[in-house]
Amino acid sequence: MTATLTRGAERIHAAFDRAKEEGRAAFMPFMTAGYPSAEEFPAVVDTLLAHADLLEVGIPYSDPLGDGPTVQRASEQALAGGTSTRRTLALVKDLRERHDTPIVVMTYVNPIYAVGPREFMRLCKDAGVDGLILPDLPPDQDLEIADLAAEHGLAVTFLIAPTSTPGRVRLVADACTGFLYAVSVTGVTGAREGSALGEVPAMLALAREHARVPVAVGFGVKDAATAHQVARVADGVVVGSAFINAVREGQDVGTLAASIAEGCRR
Amino acid sequence: MSLTLPSYPQPDGRGRYGRFGGRYVPETLIPALDELEAAYQAAKADPAFLNELGRLFKEFVGRPSPLYLAQRLTDHAGGAKIYLKREDFNYTGAHKINNCLAQALLAVRMGKRRVIAETGAGQHGVASATAAALLGLDCVVYMGAEDIRRQALNVFRMRLLGAEVREVTSGTSTLKDATNEAIRDWVTNVRDTFYILGSVVGPHPYPAMVRDFQAVIGEEVKVQLQVVEGRSAPDAIVACVGGGSNAIGIFAPYAYLPEGERPRLIGTEAAGEGVESGRHAASMAGGRVGVLHGSMMYLLNDDEGQIVPPHSISAGLDYPGIGPEHCHYSETGVAEYVPVTDAQALEALQLLTRLEGIIPALESAHAVYHAVRLAQELGPEGVIVVNLSGRGDKDVAEVMRLLEMERDQDLLDKDVERVIEEVVA
Ligand SMILES: Cc1ncc(COP(=O)(O)O)c(C=O)c1O
Repeated sequence: MTATLTRGAERIHAAFDRAKEEGRAAFMPFMTAGYPSAEEFPAVVDTLLAHADLLEVGIPYSDPLGDGPTVQRASEQALAGGTSTRRTLALVKDLRERHDTPIVVMTYVNPIYAVGPREFMRLCKDAGVDGLILPDLPPDQDLEIADLAAEHGLAVTFLIAPTSTPGRVRLVADACTGFLYAVSVTGVTGAREGSALGEVPAMLALAREHARVPVAVGFGVKDAATAHQVARVADGVVVGSAFINAVREGQDVGTLAASIAEGCRR
Repeated sequence: MSLTLPSYPQPDGRGRYGRFGGRYVPETLIPALDELEAAYQAAKADPAFLNELGRLFKEFVGRPSPLYLAQRLTDHAGGAKIYLKREDFNYTGAHKINNCLAQALLAVRMGKRRVIAETGAGQHGVASATAAALLGLDCVVYMGAEDIRRQALNVFRMRLLGAEVREVTSGTSTLKDATNEAIRDWVTNVRDTFYILGSVVGPHPYPAMVRDFQAVIGEEVKVQLQVVEGRSAPDAIVACVGGGSNAIGIFAPYAYLPEGERPRLIGTEAAGEGVESGRHAASMAGGRVGVLHGSMMYLLNDDEGQIVPPHSISAGLDYPGIGPEHCHYSETGVAEYVPVTDAQALEALQLLTRLEGIIPALESAHAVYHAVRLAQELGPEGVIVVNLSGRGDKDVAEVMRLLEMERDQDLLDKDVERVIEEVVA
């Protein structure tokens, strides 16, 4: 596997390695492309990128069934503003001209099929995307997508959940070339009350046995404290809904990002 | 009544019907789908489960439903004999109850005390709430705000039955969004919740399981038709298709027969204001292959994969996709799918009501419309069976509104004509 690492996978792994050397879990903020508008999105993301080790950009989708209300409403607003698949990749291309941080694109499968898997991968490569996160694609559903991604230099990330059986953890871990994404709770995305660790420790132990890629944890991380809980056990910390909420409520996204990045120190 | 649940050659081991179907869902649900599949296979082979379901079908639902020769409709059409498979006789008013009772029994078997469901027209919601009341389960039904407004009576029935109806205001506030919300609930509460899915859609094993539970419709037709016509297969079967469960229920027992023995199987899709208008729910005629609610199927979606909101006069057909097995039937020529518009359905509803004294659901009226056309094409030697999936009680308020609008429009047109005449004079 390591012999055939794609350019995207190498860049993603390097970002995790750098963070680790500095005694941190990699900090991965997520933002829905075109939110709050296509015009304001680049500035929001510039602020996040000042603190991020990797960036996740979501393609807004009409029916995001793995997402909670926060991301869903952000998607609706972005779509209403005219941001969809091609426009998202154009936004990423612009970001790429200003930043070297690895960028992974989160997308449901239907936009990939609609554009055509090969064409979609070509557009991603053109835009400088390093990897894909596929929340509604268990790796055994479509073997072609991962192959096409690799062909275009992209890494792929699939998800495991607290309900995953040992056999599933192994299967999913094997399929990931970027990083493995462990969902902290049985549930959809969204900032929630209480610990973000949920059922993570047991799942993570299992994941680490199998994964040859870094393991990141997401869903429910919302501040420095929850980020710190996760950072102690994971290689990376994903934070999405908290930033979307901050943008919506007009809070200072930079301050929140700085504090969560600090929370990622071990 | 002893029941056997059928086994068909499709789907394959991965839940695929050709290239359709599958399991495109968050990983959280995959173990639950595996668990469901195993529980279903075990139940299917368990006489206790089959006896209980058979008893409920007979004593609670009122099965078998009659196969009725619609003589006056046949005379009117002037061609093939038209039989109606009277699923409108079922308790709660539609075929939906077959599937709901079966899934609720399965939930009990699996030790789940909480069931959730999605509903558009409210028929599946009412059936789920009914099954939950019967078996003592907690029930939450997701329903779009728009449909809550259109189907107030069914909302009240669900609440009366003890179900909680949760209003969905995301997206387009209709069935597809209610389904998203039900799936999100399931993702969150998957360990103790059973999702009663309402049609032959969703991730595997749902399309196969719902088909098997609805196949009782076609199995009964085989026996009933043998008695009245001396043959178990008609020349054609017509059924309306939203997600496609009533249609698959009557098609499947015939679909896997060798080509020469297989009747023509015809699904009517809701063409709304016309497939060309863009305001329709005809996923096959006006959509293309995509993924929604966990399965690959024909789908109304734009060239970047965003789901296009469907439109139909009937809330039960107002769904942007169509079950994967239908998609496979279509690609392999096993079944045909034809569009029927809102206006044609409304016309057929009035026709059947006047000629036979049967007020069909607006969904079923789509099938009736095509059957009259087809009868003329097949000629007097032919035999057609129409699946009358439900009764029209839930639709009468909407039909009244539509017919009054039509009449007002007529009056308006006459006014305009008069004014023009006056001006010209
Ligand atoms: C009477 C009736 N017929 C048909 C349908 C459509 O469902 P399906 O396509 O799954 O048969 C519904 C759905 O609510 C219904 O109530």
